[in-house]
Amino acid sequence: MQQYETVVILTPLLSEEIAKETIGKFRDFMTENGAEIIHEDNWGLKKLAYPIEKKSTGYYHLTEYKAPGDLINKLEVQYKRDERIMRFLTIALDSDAIAYNEKKRSGAFNKKTKNEEVVKHG
Amino acid sequence: MARDQIQYVTAPKVEDNRKKYCRFKKNGIKYIDYKDANFLLKFVNDQGKILPRRLTGTSLKFQRKVAQAVKRARHIGLLPYVTDSLK
Repeated sequence: MQQYETVVILTPLLSEEIAKETIGKFRDFMTENGAEIIHEDNWGLKKLAYPIEKKSTGYYHLTEYKAPGDLINKLEVQYKRDERIMRFLTIALDSDAIAYNEKKRSGAFNKKTKNEEVVKHG
Repeated sequence: MARDQIQYVTAPKVEDNRKKYCRFKKNGIKYIDYKDANFLLKFVNDQGKILPRRLTGTSLKFQRKVAQAVKRARHIGLLPYVTDSLK
């Protein structure tokens, strides 16, 4: 099983509940098709760098999961059919990416590494 | 004629000895996160175009990864495709 990561942008017009329900619907779809969810992150409502479907904000959601390869096709078809989803991006993670994500989850590592660098040079 | 009165026909070259280096190789960064838009901002100009290796000093291997990450960030609306004033 390969590890994947999907970022989904939902329409900002949805209420909080419906947005959660939509995300839940896709989570169920994933697990029903043999995916194992590793991590989820809700970025909330964010401003877009450019308008998508004439909207300037979007509701972001990130899912990291292990899944058999044939799920991805099915999942993306579902994303395309759902009007509440403005955009999605699925990426297969390599070992470096997995290590990075784990490090990121375990704490504020961006600041930490920078401090370490300073110590090394100083 | 005194030495300090020498005038140059062309301006003398001031050499910049700072050598460019690949920040990813130097810091041991292996993965470039496309979700980190603030970091990727270092590799695009104020129009949002990807900067060439000749300016950033990034090695070929990581330039490919930077380009991939910037394009992914654009797709999910974290970076613009075209703009006039990014910085």
